[in-house]
Amino acid sequence: MNNVYYGKLVFELSKPGRVGYSLPQCEVEGYALTDLPEGLRRQSATILPECDELTVVRHYTNMSNNNFGVDTGFYPLGSCTMKYNPKINEEMAALQDFNIHPAVPAEYAQGALRVYDEVQAMLSEIAGLSRFTLNPYAGAHGELTGLMVISTYHRQRGDVARTKIIVPDSAHGTNPASAAVAGFQIVQVKSTADGTVDVEDLKPLLGPDIAGMMMTNPNTLGIFETKIPEIARLVHECGGLMYYDGANLNPMLGVCRPGDMGFDVMHINLHKTFSTPHGGGGPGSGPVGVREGLEHCLPNPQVVKNEETGLYELVADEQSLGSVSGYLGNFAIIIRAFAYLLSLGKENIPLAGKLSVLNANYIKECLRSHYKLPIDGLCKHEFVFDGLKDEYAGDHHDADHVTTLDVAKRLLDYGFHAPTIYFPLLFHEAMMIEPTETESKDTLDAFIEVMKTIAEEAKADKQLLKTAPHSTPIRRLDDVKAVKEPKFTFKAL
Amino acid sequence: MYKYFPHTAEDVQQMLDVIGVKSLDDLYAEIPEELKLHRELNLPSAKSELEVRQIIEGVAYDNQNFACFAGCGVYDHYTPSVVPFLAGRSEFSTSYTPYQAEISQGTLQYIFEYQTMMADLTGLDISNASMYDGTTATAEAMLMCVAAAKKRNRVLISGTFLPNVLRVVETYAKFHGVDLVVVPADANGHMDKAVAQQLIEADDVAGLIVAQPNRYGLIEDFSGLADLCHAHKALFAINTVASALAVLRTPGEWGADIACGDGQSLGIPMGYGGPYIGYLCTTNALVRKMPGRLVGATTDANGQRAFVLTMQAREQHIRREKATSNICTAQGFMCLYVASYLSLMGPKGVQEVNEQSYAHAHYLRDRLLETGVFEEVFPGQPFLNEFTVRYTGTEDLRGQLLDSRFLFGVPTEGMENCLTLACTEKTPKALVDYLIEHINYFLESPEEENV
Amino acid sequence: MAKVIEGLYYAESHEYVRVEGEFGYVGITDYAQDQLGNVVYVDMPEVDDEVTAGEEFGAVESVKAASDLFCPVSGTVVEVNEALEDEPELVNQDAFENWIIKVRLSDPSELEALLDAKAYEAICE
Repeated sequence: MNNVYYGKLVFELSKPGRVGYSLPQCEVEGYALTDLPEGLRRQSATILPECDELTVVRHYTNMSNNNFGVDTGFYPLGSCTMKYNPKINEEMAALQDFNIHPAVPAEYAQGALRVYDEVQAMLSEIAGLSRFTLNPYAGAHGELTGLMVISTYHRQRGDVARTKIIVPDSAHGTNPASAAVAGFQIVQVKSTADGTVDVEDLKPLLGPDIAGMMMTNPNTLGIFETKIPEIARLVHECGGLMYYDGANLNPMLGVCRPGDMGFDVMHINLHKTFSTPHGGGGPGSGPVGVREGLEHCLPNPQVVKNEETGLYELVADEQSLGSVSGYLGNFAIIIRAFAYLLSLGKENIPLAGKLSVLNANYIKECLRSHYKLPIDGLCKHEFVFDGLKDEYAGDHHDADHVTTLDVAKRLLDYGFHAPTIYFPLLFHEAMMIEPTETESKDTLDAFIEVMKTIAEEAKADKQLLKTAPHSTPIRRLDDVKAVKEPKFTFKAL
Repeated sequence: MYKYFPHTAEDVQQMLDVIGVKSLDDLYAEIPEELKLHRELNLPSAKSELEVRQIIEGVAYDNQNFACFAGCGVYDHYTPSVVPFLAGRSEFSTSYTPYQAEISQGTLQYIFEYQTMMADLTGLDISNASMYDGTTATAEAMLMCVAAAKKRNRVLISGTFLPNVLRVVETYAKFHGVDLVVVPADANGHMDKAVAQQLIEADDVAGLIVAQPNRYGLIEDFSGLADLCHAHKALFAINTVASALAVLRTPGEWGADIACGDGQSLGIPMGYGGPYIGYLCTTNALVRKMPGRLVGATTDANGQRAFVLTMQAREQHIRREKATSNICTAQGFMCLYVASYLSLMGPKGVQEVNEQSYAHAHYLRDRLLETGVFEEVFPGQPFLNEFTVRYTGTEDLRGQLLDSRFLFGVPTEGMENCLTLACTEKTPKALVDYLIEHINYFLESPEEENV
Repeated sequence: MAKVIEGLYYAESHEYVRVEGEFGYVGITDYAQDQLGNVVYVDMPEVDDEVTAGEEFGAVESVKAASDLFCPVSGTVVEVNEALEDEPELVNQDAFENWIIKVRLSDPSELEALLDAKAYEAICE
């Protein structure tokens, strides 16, 4: 990353008369857009820039130098699983033979359909479920699809009174938001002091109006919910289904499967657990798996192997919940996950999970001297600190009290990405750290050292932290101004 | 160890010692034994890079490449080599959602450029930082209509939408409890405006969503619809094929409140269905009803102009079940494809792409009519680069053309013997002529002789 | 320490009502604005909308939070504080002066169920 700011917009590089493309001469004569009725044609000119090729290349390359990615440095962003994105995955996804139109009939797209089916089969084995759809485009889209599966299951049994979904108070905001889009009302269940679901609080919530319950395990604090068999039993007894949010699947790989824990429906984030790049906010992929007996509810189109002909077919099941995507999801992301699954194989997939847990516990033990650890004991792939210890942060009534935000911003100066901050909401100064298995002890040691240095800095020079970062391309931004004087386009500047 | 795991045996031991456990398995001590999988996963063994490449290249070879005359929302446009090259910059691709703006200006800047370009192309004020695809963007437009109307729950959608878009919108409506009404097509293949008007005048409609060009490739005339909607407090939304926005009357010029659609036609490879990018644009007045991420300009502590995610109080991580949508991650990286594509093409390029696609499609239509086995389904109706014809022959012409590596259109759902065909700048005259030669050859020599 | 004013009625969800004749001025308390931080937007109902005690009638947004507004009383909205459209920060400057909606009370007996200044102060501690 380069700390010299390149702040130009491409519109500021434009000069009338420049071109950055070339097309063959059109050999067809006698047809022109001006033949279309005037009223159907665009009335105004566009403000698209006019640039030559090198200007465009240099522009985006300079911009990339102001960006931090996993390839740049350590990215301990909790609940995001920022593991290394292998390069062979990219090479495979770019194969021209996969670049076909989605309306190509199935018999001519057997390669693509085979990738789809093999990935769904491998995910089913890893999850302990019966079948996956790879159509959902992202984690939240997977949640929505999974909740539609639950709704469809109840509707098909004629049980239309189940209008509510239970969500733990520690859950990510996406869970209740997805449930709302799927048409459910949300019931919140409390957490105990150790951050796990309060079974006593759950019991009175259960009844004939409960469609299901959403959980992650380990939960957002990185704690394994050991009461999961009891919770699943209670929810099933009341007639509901168990939904597993796969955001935290990484540490469970090969050790403990959602299907075996009692979950009926789940989604997986291929961009977390299965190493596909996050792309600065997508495209991801959110496959949804179901236990035996729910397969018919999965969205259309479905990829099915015809055992007689040996060919893969695209099928629309009448009992399906419907369609959630134009075609078969973010297919190029699925190819990347395929390459990853093949590369690691059964030997290394469980190791990925275990090493992620090793890394997280190591950081936790090394930093608990300086940061507040609200929940003791073994964590899984991630854990949460509740800010700096008071001896470093100062009195929280003081204006210069060092907050989690200040620590996060100071980390940027040292070349590390910040952890996830102010989530989960259970703690005021939450700092959620997830190192993933692809980081070395050397990297972790360097991070630990910097985190301790920052604690000492907090003691010695609070202003240094309050005004951090200092060595990044830009300084702290005015968030209030961004909302109050909204400017979303170049024209509005 | 393994190439993606940097731990040496010594590292692992030292770390276990610090943690105070004996083995990696002991890190899972609290998990009840009966929940654990006490066996190896039933998966293939680890493969070397050479093997992975060999396997996947082998699988890919089972796909067949075609000269593409198919459209239906996905178009085989030219992608300049610079676009995938820039997308290969891993500083962009391996980053997360730009929460830490100080070290994410690259991502934030290209999204801001994308927002500017889409707002400009649609003729509306603002664009979000992307949706998943055109189908889900249309579903989100429907949810936006209902959210903005507060007390109305009925949304009208044109029956001239592509079936795969309709299916997704219908699915969202079914679960969210939206009363979605499909307005049928008239004899000309356009949405029946009289039916729409009657429904809107009932004063219980939250919004109307229409398609441009529509599922048959036709360009519809939306005159009067915006005024009608607004007079009855309904929102008006238009779904347009993104590249066509450069030359067709824009959603803003039609008076729309929302523009949505798929951005695939702006430099994104067909890739068997994804990733593409959904776009969603609206007016300043509706910004708080808009789903998805938004990047705004502001200043840093030194007064330097810079970019940041903003208006986050609409979003799921803050508003939970009250959020405008559950969307978080969308297709952020594809904004880079669109922004770099449009930067290279510029105003002249997008015009020329449309000119050529228009000319090639009209030439193809005329040549097909000349063969004597095709007839127009909607004669005289204007189209851009896609059109629908009826095949009057008896041979399995499309099957034979597929075997000869022509993806000859897509069968028009619900219309017997009809095909919807599309052209782009990549289907030049010579290719069309070559296709016609094949058609004439197949018509002259019955199938048996070709086997 | 957040300011609490005598003579107003308070809800546990941190809204207040100032009663003048048949009208009630509804806003958020000083404590609420302090917890929210910089208010950047106030989502208000429209004049003539009906509001119901205990139900949502709008929302207040800061940069990193948003909070639903629950109406402490039932009635008809007769006025919204339009000044907040352009200057939502007025809520931070003086939450009690800058009410959000003015309601024609349909059931003044509802006021009895609300907290007085002393009781409200106690829950803010």
